[in-house]
Amino acid sequence: MNDAAGATQSVDWPGDIHRTLAALDVRQIAYVPDAGHQRLIELCQADNAMRMVPLTSEEEGVGLVAGAWLGGERGVLMMQSSGVGNCVNAIASITRACQFPLLMLITMRGEWGEGNPWQVPMGRATPEVLDTLGVQIARVDRAEDVAGAVAAMAALAFKSTTPCAVLLSQRLVGAKSFQD
Amino acid sequence: MSAATLDRRAVIAELLERRGDLLLVCGLGGTVWDATSVGDHDLNFGLWGGMGTATMVGLGLALAQPERRVLVVTGDGEMLMGLGTLATLAVQRPPNLAVVVFDNERYGETGMQTTHTGLGVDLAAMASGAGIVDATTIRELGGVAALRDRVHDGAGPIFSVIKVSADRAEMVLPVRDGPLLKHRFRTALLGSPGA
Ligand SMILES: Cc1ncc(C[n+]2csc(CCOP(=O)(O)OP(=O)(O)O)c2C)c(N)n1
Ligand SMILES: [Mg+2]
Repeated sequence: MNDAAGATQSVDWPGDIHRTLAALDVRQIAYVPDAGHQRLIELCQADNAMRMVPLTSEEEGVGLVAGAWLGGERGVLMMQSSGVGNCVNAIASITRACQFPLLMLITMRGEWGEGNPWQVPMGRATPEVLDTLGVQIARVDRAEDVAGAVAAMAALAFKSTTPCAVLLSQRLVGAKSFQD
Repeated sequence: MSAATLDRRAVIAELLERRGDLLLVCGLGGTVWDATSVGDHDLNFGLWGGMGTATMVGLGLALAQPERRVLVVTGDGEMLMGLGTLATLAVQRPPNLAVVVFDNERYGETGMQTTHTGLGVDLAAMASGAGIVDATTIRELGGVAALRDRVHDGAGPIFSVIKVSADRAEMVLPVRDGPLLKHRFRTALLGSPGA
């Protein structure tokens, strides 16, 4: 189901992300699943220090991690690129308006080898929408760069209270085949 | 359609009486002015935007602070915009969180237009359907006093709709600067505004 259409990789990047989040003491894991996040979600689920908060819609996570920060905990928000469209007002009106930290891990759709044309417009819009909202972006194409990007964006988010997104490219994550 | 008769300012006064170190999150609009009418507080976080997410701010806070009690007070319009949050809340089962909806069956802030709760939608039934066991609708002030006790000692998550009158209440405005509210809250709760 989750063919690697682009990269061949020996680096365990989901494991790298999990270890990075654990080292940063990130406690609340808010997510709407994406196939590209499957292994990371499983790793976080297996970690007793992490509280899994599955969401019905991605914008819920923006509120959740703001509340976590008010209470002294760090959270992370995971989604696929379509979910960015669901978060717009919450990022502007809560995260930005109050200068809350925000760390988003976004698996990209609609780019490298995409088999679903309905994913393409939102995938294309994702970096621009985030940029318009004042969210700092780090795009990652290579497995060996993932851990560094997550650590850098997390520092920017939690120490410099900046909204940040790591865009995990579709070339890295692998395109869904849809049995062509 | 139900008679909505309680005075919202009497309800908030009853709900926040002897609040102690309760952590309070309010949804944008009327409930922020209500909370401020009984006196501003460093442990109030009143939203001025982000309609539909008040419950989630309360949930993140409640999960981060399991030893403290957290109360979200919000409007029916604000709750209707985030109905999915009832499902997320039910799944998390935070024992220390109560969500209370001041239901005037109107969008008060924007000119008193009828909301879906004025047209038959039952928020308590939706919360109950999501799996929240303590989900009630209150129409009398006596019920508010009983709810207040559960907010402090009861097994959460607690969800309650309080039917209030659609009479306009005076706007009592708290601080509106978001970063200041956040710093104030964190300093009061954690002893420092920093990371
Ligand atoms: C996303 C979004 N849509 C619309 C509005 C405009 N708006 C501000 S307050 C409000 C109504 C709130 O109604 P309710 O939650 O029932 O509170 P009440 O004033 O009735 O107590 C609306 C629609 C907004 N702020 N944000
Ligand atoms: Mg209302």
